[in-house]
Amino acid sequence: MKLKSLIVGASLAVLAAGSGWAEGVKVGMITTLSGGGAGLGIDVRDGFMLAIKQSGRSDIEVVIEDDQRKPDIAVQLSDKMIQSEKVDVLTGIIWSNLAMAVVPGAVAQGKFYLSPNAGPSALAGKGCNKNYFNVAWQNDNLHEAAGAYATEAGYKNAFILAPNYPAGKDALTGFKRFFKGDLAGEVYTKLGQTDYAAEIAQIRASGADTVFFFLPGGMGISFLKQYADSGVGLPVVGPAFSFDQGILQAVGDAALGVRNTSQWSKDIDNAANKAFVESFQAEYGRLPSLYASQGFDTANLLISAVEKADVSDADAFRAALEAADFASTRGDFKFGPNHHPVQDIYVREVIKEGDVYTNKIVATGLEDHADAYAGECKM
Amino acid sequence: MSILLLIEQALNGLQFGVMLFLMAAGLTLIFGVMGLINLAHGSLYMIGAFAAAGVSALTGSFLLALIASLAAAAMAGVFIEMTVIRRLYDRDHLDQVLATFALILIFSEGTRYLFGSFPLFLDKPEWLSGTVMLPLGIEYSLYRLTLIVVGLAVAAGLFWMIARTRVGIRIRAGENDREMIGALGVNISRLYTQVFALGAALAGLAGALIGAIQAVQIGMGEPVLILAFVVIVIGGIGSIKGAFIGAILVGLTDTLGRFLLPQVFALFMDPSEATSVGSSLASMSIYLLMAGVLLFRPKGLFGEA
Repeated sequence: MKLKSLIVGASLAVLAAGSGWAEGVKVGMITTLSGGGAGLGIDVRDGFMLAIKQSGRSDIEVVIEDDQRKPDIAVQLSDKMIQSEKVDVLTGIIWSNLAMAVVPGAVAQGKFYLSPNAGPSALAGKGCNKNYFNVAWQNDNLHEAAGAYATEAGYKNAFILAPNYPAGKDALTGFKRFFKGDLAGEVYTKLGQTDYAAEIAQIRASGADTVFFFLPGGMGISFLKQYADSGVGLPVVGPAFSFDQGILQAVGDAALGVRNTSQWSKDIDNAANKAFVESFQAEYGRLPSLYASQGFDTANLLISAVEKADVSDADAFRAALEAADFASTRGDFKFGPNHHPVQDIYVREVIKEGDVYTNKIVATGLEDHADAYAGECKM
Repeated sequence: MSILLLIEQALNGLQFGVMLFLMAAGLTLIFGVMGLINLAHGSLYMIGAFAAAGVSALTGSFLLALIASLAAAAMAGVFIEMTVIRRLYDRDHLDQVLATFALILIFSEGTRYLFGSFPLFLDKPEWLSGTVMLPLGIEYSLYRLTLIVVGLAVAAGLFWMIARTRVGIRIRAGENDREMIGALGVNISRLYTQVFALGAALAGLAGALIGAIQAVQIGMGEPVLILAFVVIVIGGIGSIKGAFIGAILVGLTDTLGRFLLPQVFALFMDPSEATSVGSSLASMSIYLLMAGVLLFRPKGLFGEA
């Protein structure tokens, strides 16, 4: 009997604690934690949770669910989080097609969405929303910096390739927007393609002086290994997605010396970044990737807004988010008028530190770079 | 476009084809002999690649890694045959698909549990790196050339085994009449386990060989599995010869399609549009090939009528 009442008492206490959440903020994180793209979601989650832990705040509750990289599951999860979990803020989605499926519906129901990764052009331009904030980049940004870098490095004739899907087309468009030379070839590959022999033979025959590619995740690993094996040997430029900390170890020597563009690097010299890299390594036993830094910054942005305003006062909370008053791992960080970052984008080079492949910054590609769609956004 | 580039692309297609054959051979044998649709064949490919990456990281030897891939995939094959697959031979195809799909999920998450979520490193050995000069001045990757040779050698060995050895006779007999060879005193369940292990080992070997020039990651087997199904449908289900011809056809169609179609469209379209339309059509090319073959030969090229 005593035991029973103890349990009842404990449950009541839990319930009471639960109802206490009215003061705090509840965050729903939908991200990819299983299947081929899980490395990205895990990094975003780990970065995000590290920041929450470091803040020591007990008034931020995070519910995490796995979208399996499937748009339909992501939509189900967001419905569940909004309707039964009653979250105030959603975050976590990695892939642009999933973001397009979830974000418009969530913000239309008055929820805030903070994107730690995907930045499709449709949500930056005409489809922008006052409750949608992108803390990473607009999809085109890193490719634009790669185009600017290729021009500056004096390349005249580039061979460019990307998968045949919306983000791939954005990538080539972004590169061409800032590349002043000619194109030796432009190829769209199949999404998820693993063999690039046909494309590499075309590169060899094209007379190009540089190769730009956007092949995220496993596609990039396959391409780089096969490219190194082919002996073509032209300099390669790409966005950071094929050179992040999670996959460099799988590419190995084939990536050494490659120039890639990123808004973040572990050697950006500021106190917040140093502390982040150290504490991430201590917590998880691996070096952080750019995805981890994006998760970390997203959480810190959220924390900065929670400190200033109550989430139930949407206008005040939004103003607090817009101020972006937090110490970003990227140093300077501010939002443009369409709630997308205005930030420096760096050129990095892949190096080997001891046994570990990693990146170091060699130049600044674009300074205080905003996206090309901000003008179309009317909030 | 030069004729040399075309020859190089044909070699690439051949290389892709022989590697597909390693996958398709096991799949078609298992279907032909046991009447089983094994969706988990792609997982065996992944197991081969992960085993090779693990052993290569420990020992640094590529040959040991290849042996490990054969052994690990064959053992995984025997294990699932004895625990799960064996119960499915008499069930209908839908049950088989459901159960082997469950195996995919179990293997994927099991591999994540053991190896983590990040792709692994597996590289070709030093002595197979670089390029060789072929006649006519074609510079070609030594490793890809090796893949062609190994693939053709395995294919020859498999044909020899099926045509000339006792196990081969039993496999052919099993394809023709399962009950009869059981009645003649052949231990049918041991034969099934052997065939399954052989198919699994071939898939594992393909995984390790391909893993050295591709990404070794969870879920790497499923895209290849789909292609392997296309191959055996084109070749005729259950036919090793069909799997070989089908694999080469698919390899060549896919590679040459990716290379030629955008150029064909560029003759009468604006270049960037041609690239986009051409590559969209190229990614459909093998399915068009499959539809075309089925139109004229509904049982596939070498399927029994």
